[in-house]
Amino acid sequence: MTKEQTPFRVLIGKPGLDGHDRGAKFIARALRDQGFEVIYTGIRRTAAEIAATAIQEDVDVVGLSSLSGAHLRLFPEVVNELASRGGSDIPVLGGGVIPEEDIATLLENGLSGIFTPGTPADVIISSFKKASQQHRNHDNLK
Amino acid sequence: MTTSSEILLAGIKEHDPRAIGRAISVVENNGDGAADILTFLDQERISKVMVAGITGPPGAGKSTLTSGLITILRNSGKRVGIIAVDPSSPISGGAILGDRIRMMDHALDPDVVVRSMATRGRLGGLCASAGATVRIMAAAGCELILIETVGVGQSEMDIVQLADITVMVLAPGFGDDIQAMKAGLLEVADFLVVNKSDQPGASGLLMDMEQIFSAKEEESGIARVLETIASENRGLEELLQSMENFSDYLAATGQKEQRRNRALNAETIDWIIEMLRPRFQDAMNRSPSQKDPRIRAKELISKTLRVN
Repeated sequence: MTKEQTPFRVLIGKPGLDGHDRGAKFIARALRDQGFEVIYTGIRRTAAEIAATAIQEDVDVVGLSSLSGAHLRLFPEVVNELASRGGSDIPVLGGGVIPEEDIATLLENGLSGIFTPGTPADVIISSFKKASQQHRNHDNLK
Repeated sequence: MTTSSEILLAGIKEHDPRAIGRAISVVENNGDGAADILTFLDQERISKVMVAGITGPPGAGKSTLTSGLITILRNSGKRVGIIAVDPSSPISGGAILGDRIRMMDHALDPDVVVRSMATRGRLGGLCASAGATVRIMAAAGCELILIETVGVGQSEMDIVQLADITVMVLAPGFGDDIQAMKAGLLEVADFLVVNKSDQPGASGLLMDMEQIFSAKEEESGIARVLETIASENRGLEELLQSMENFSDYLAATGQKEQRRNRALNAETIDWIIEMLRPRFQDAMNRSPSQKDPRIRAKELISKTLRVN
């Protein structure tokens, strides 16, 4: 019996104190329209809350959005919180108002991809697809 | 049994969030190891758990009420499981699962096990997945499991039938919706909760519901129509107490077992259809036909099932 690929599950979250979630919601809807199941956790979450939720929901990818300027601290914190809960295999993508010079630092600190303002939606979607597929490929269970 | 199934089973027993989440995915995706996991779950924990369906129209306050119930249950030291169901888009197959937003207060509490599920457009397949999820959560030590779903469609009604107890949450101001539901879910609901009971129209709604439910109350002696203001945690303790009393009543009269058996039968039918679907899809694609679907179905069944 051939098995159909089941939808990718992703979490879209906003760590930290900024309350602007237009971008996060836009990406959540765009992902849904491409067949993803999107767990949206809302604004003002801690890194630990996002990581714990991602583990419970067994997502393929975590997507983070930050417009507050605290991404250098908050994004790697989510990566670390995931790892401490046994989820070091879950890739983390980040987006928002992120200066070019911070990108290398974030990638060195465990982020799998960074999107800056103006990145076309289809580029972001295909990164989510690629990261999800890679995660599934390394997964012998589903 | 494969090593990974063994690891997941051990993790479930020890209430490891990663193992619980992974095991649910394996079963939901019908992956290798699903059968092993489901065979060796702790049956004693499964038979003891109380499963309640929380349903009602969008905006009635289901998520807020669910979150309030979680708080009370956690204060009494009980481990809780939540299955939050949202519809998949029929066009893309994707879904936005947003029920967690109102439950984030409990995100760091390891004794609140939450799983969001999309309906995935399966005719009844969701029941099969949700039923298995209930059992995995129970085997992980959850004493009460709440299944939260928008109570407006057939698939939601099916899923509610999985629960031992069904709670319908209504709020004033939904006039026509509630009229439309009278013929369906109101009849299968065990409890009717008039939420936002401080708002205009609540007393009228309460009277209507009490009239509809008067026969049910006499049978168990437990009040089945209740008022709450979930956003202020008012009426929730009473609701939970009534649910627990009713659960005891069902168990004592043998009805809990009856309901469980009915749910297991419904799930089994679901699985049969899910498992046969690819074969019939295949047979259908191989012999296109303009015949009436009913006649074609009979032909396909006799051809496909006999060959085996």
